Amino acid sequence: MSIDLSQFHQVFFEESFEGLDIMESGLLELSPDAVNSDDINTIFRAAHSIKGGAGTFGFQLVSDFTHVVETLLDQYRAGSRPVTQSGVDLILESVDVLRALLQDLQAGSSPDTSASDALKKQFEIFLSAETEPEPSSYSEEQSSSQRVTPTQLESNPDSAGSDSGHWAIVFKPSADIVQTGNEPFRIIRELSELGTVSVQVQTDRLPEFTTLDPEQIFLYWHIQLYASCTKEVVLEVFEWVIDDSKVDIEWVTDQELVTVVDNQQTESTQESVMPATEAIGIDTVPDETTENQPGESQKSMDSKPVRAAAVETQSIRVSIDKIDSLINMVGELVITQSMLGQIGHDFSVDKLQRLQEGLMQLEQNTREMQESVMRIRMVPISFTFSRFPRLVRDIAKKLGKKINLQLLGENTELDKTVMEKIGDPLVHMVRNSMDHGIESPEQRLAHGKPAEGQLTLNAYHQGGYIVIEISDDGKGIDPQVIRKKAIQNGLIAEDEQLSDQQLQELIFHPGLSTAEAVSDLSGRGVGMDVVKRNIQELKGTVELVSKVGEGSLFRIKLPLTLSILDGQLLRLGDETFVLPLTSIIESIEVRREQVSTVAGETDVIVLRDEYVPVVRLYEVFNIEPVNKSLFDGIVVVVESANQKIGLHVDDLLAQQQVVIKSLDTNYKRIEGLSGATILGDGTVALIVDIAGLLNIVGDKIDQTSVAMKTAS
Amino acid sequence: MTTQNPKKAQATDMTNEEAQALVESHGEDQYLTFVMDDEEYGVDILSVQEIRGWERATKIPNSPGYLKGVINLRGTIVPIVDLRIKFNLPKVDYTPVTVVIVLKLNFEAGERTVGIVVDAVSDVYSIGEDELKSSPDVSNKKNSQFIRGLATVNEKMVIILELSKLLDDDEIIRNIDEN
Amino acid sequence: MSKILAADDSASMRQMVTFTLKGAGFDVTEAVDGVDALSKAKSGAFDLVLSDVNMPNMDGIELVKNLRALPNYKFTPILMLTTESGTDRKMAGKEAGATGWIVKPFNPEQLLSTIKRVLD
Repeated sequence: MSIDLSQFHQVFFEESFEGLDIMESGLLELSPDAVNSDDINTIFRAAHSIKGGAGTFGFQLVSDFTHVVETLLDQYRAGSRPVTQSGVDLILESVDVLRALLQDLQAGSSPDTSASDALKKQFEIFLSAETEPEPSSYSEEQSSSQRVTPTQLESNPDSAGSDSGHWAIVFKPSADIVQTGNEPFRIIRELSELGTVSVQVQTDRLPEFTTLDPEQIFLYWHIQLYASCTKEVVLEVFEWVIDDSKVDIEWVTDQELVTVVDNQQTESTQESVMPATEAIGIDTVPDETTENQPGESQKSMDSKPVRAAAVETQSIRVSIDKIDSLINMVGELVITQSMLGQIGHDFSVDKLQRLQEGLMQLEQNTREMQESVMRIRMVPISFTFSRFPRLVRDIAKKLGKKINLQLLGENTELDKTVMEKIGDPLVHMVRNSMDHGIESPEQRLAHGKPAEGQLTLNAYHQGGYIVIEISDDGKGIDPQVIRKKAIQNGLIAEDEQLSDQQLQELIFHPGLSTAEAVSDLSGRGVGMDVVKRNIQELKGTVELVSKVGEGSLFRIKLPLTLSILDGQLLRLGDETFVLPLTSIIESIEVRREQVSTVAGETDVIVLRDEYVPVVRLYEVFNIEPVNKSLFDGIVVVVESANQKIGLHVDDLLAQQQVVIKSLDTNYKRIEGLSGATILGDGTVALIVDIAGLLNIVGDKIDQTSVAMKTAS
Repeated sequence: MTTQNPKKAQATDMTNEEAQALVESHGEDQYLTFVMDDEEYGVDILSVQEIRGWERATKIPNSPGYLKGVINLRGTIVPIVDLRIKFNLPKVDYTPVTVVIVLKLNFEAGERTVGIVVDAVSDVYSIGEDELKSSPDVSNKKNSQFIRGLATVNEKMVIILELSKLLDDDEIIRNIDEN
Repeated sequence: MSKILAADDSASMRQMVTFTLKGAGFDVTEAVDGVDALSKAKSGAFDLVLSDVNMPNMDGIELVKNLRALPNYKFTPILMLTTESGTDRKMAGKEAGATGWIVKPFNPEQLLSTIKRVLD
């Protein structure tokens, strides 16, 4: 039997990358002062799995390298070595090295081992230095592992090449051997596969029948094995039981044999003589271990380029609930199919109604399945965000800055392709903020700011877009500095009048940012112009809000034509609309005393300590409602960009996940709507864009807030 | 391949340009015609995706009156235009025979799928390019931009439409609204 | 057809084990950790259990202890998949009642020959 292990490589790579991510985030959270054994265990387990998998799938290089990492982690786990920052740093570095190794292997190229070799040495030095009680059990294990056995076999002086003798074996199992699932007969049968076996069962340990415990073994055996194999091979048969059984193995010459057999026969019953399998059988086992293993790993490396196409196949990790919903739908589809099949089997006109119903059901099943399949492409942005804690930590260290990173909205979903393409621009912008935005601790303290700078990555859905914000509380972008540089570089004329905002946005101009690319970090290769171009290629936009001394905020908006939204369905007149659930704060039935009218037209409700302006959605959307009075119907309080408003609607319906479909595919974008979705019954419902809605009603709201302020 | 298309079969011995010229001058295109307010209109049959009965559309807030709303066409959102309103013809109530012709049209912004509500589908005609006469009627400026030409089939006049500006002309919207 | 329960938190290992064993005609059920394996073991009758040692939620050692406490699994062969061949972990497995172990890395042929050793 030969199984092509390469078919499992892709999964192995994926889970290894995931394991590395787990190690990385675990290590970043690990504080040497307060070590949590669960955390260490998680990190250890990830490393351990990578090592085990790498060995099994023929990546010896990875397995060997991971071994030293695992050894250190095992010492941490066992508490035999105190956790130090330098050790954690070393392991973090190994995560990078492993990632690179695995990436090379995945791409089918032979990996560059210079980094891993160097780091492995560092590990070895690290492990041997400092006070180590004893070499770790792991090193022992490596040297005694199975792979070495065949070598021992070849050079073993015990090796009995002649058939002038046999192995005399006494096998006294522990009484409870079967309770570990070990069957003595199996062991004897295995011996019989090594050669000819003669077995005598010994019954002298048998107790009285009344005291016999049927779950215990009281028999033991004398076995003669006629086979030209080494003692190790014989021992291997007893490998699982040798620790709690008594096993004596001795080589005896034929002369002795006679004596032994004679002696035995007096007190034992000759039980059986088992036929020997072919003598070659002995050699096949060691053969597999000696040659196949290194051989196979060699083979799989060599044949990599041929399988390049398979290696490049991208895959996607999908949450179980998405798969489950898909499976449910397939189930429904099968039911519909069998129903239609029955109708078609003996069709008559009176079944027309049922046929039509069946076809409608089929249409719905198909549509739902289409949407479910599309949802599979959606992944949370945490996949991209997760690389930043490490990045920020490393860069902050390099820059000598103190930076706290905050990640928000990590579960916001976006199309996998979009996510992959936004990764690099995000990295660049984060570097940029750390490099140019956030000041050194001294500067910050001098400006009355806390020494630690704040960097925030935030993702959320808005309209038909995913918005990703990168904000810092650094020094901001000084328009006058930009102006000077822009004049220097001939981008603008000396007397050109530009607003501060226009000047700040010049950082996206190729002529400015490349000239500015001097820092060894964010200036590395690409400038903000490239970032902007990348984002534009994804049909997105990037905005900048920056205040000198207070910080900067970059807002990237990317379309998500395939996006999913957790929606609250609501009724307005005859129409159903969808509100993004994330924007809803609460829904209330308004009482008369909660309402006051400001500036003669806008209603304001008092919600705890806040005044919230109320917008009648039917007015904005020009729809004939069921309820015109605020006291009928429901007011849904929503929030966008820190502005709360109440939306007066007729009724709230179900909450469900909906797929956002763009209106501009066949029509055009509509202010106040982020798109449409198809409901379970096949009808179209429009999705309300809270930010867009605020734009429409903005003036009114602004006046209201002004009025509220003057009133209070 | 060539036998399937007689026009091309004739053209095999010519250069591409000559063949093109021949197809353009003598070629006949097929048109699906429909009726509105006793006039017969034709659209290029190659742009017709399907014909379906009128079904309730989801209204788009604050959209022009001719836009009846959007429907779900196998998972894509398709706008439905009432051609009577667009052409400023008297409105009629929708009946069970009211049909929607789903067209794939090339707009400036790209290919779009749009449904048009018409009174009833009429026929399919083959009309040669040279049989198309430009519209003599210049009084109705609003509609003239949607008319590619006129043809006479069986002594009846058919108005051949050019709908690539069906959705994207805001001026028309305002004119109609004013009226 | 013998039924095997295979527990490993690594998807690639599970795939490999399942593929190999199914190819040899075994009926294989996968479990992603000890807790999963235990609940699957309770609801089905398996002729052999294969389990990784290091797993989240419930490790292989705990799994063996729990399985041996069930009347149906008192004598069932339970093999540990382990990289820790030498030492305490292996002993811990034995003490918990494991039948034996298969040392990682192993190849499909080794896996199969060991399984057949126990099940034939």
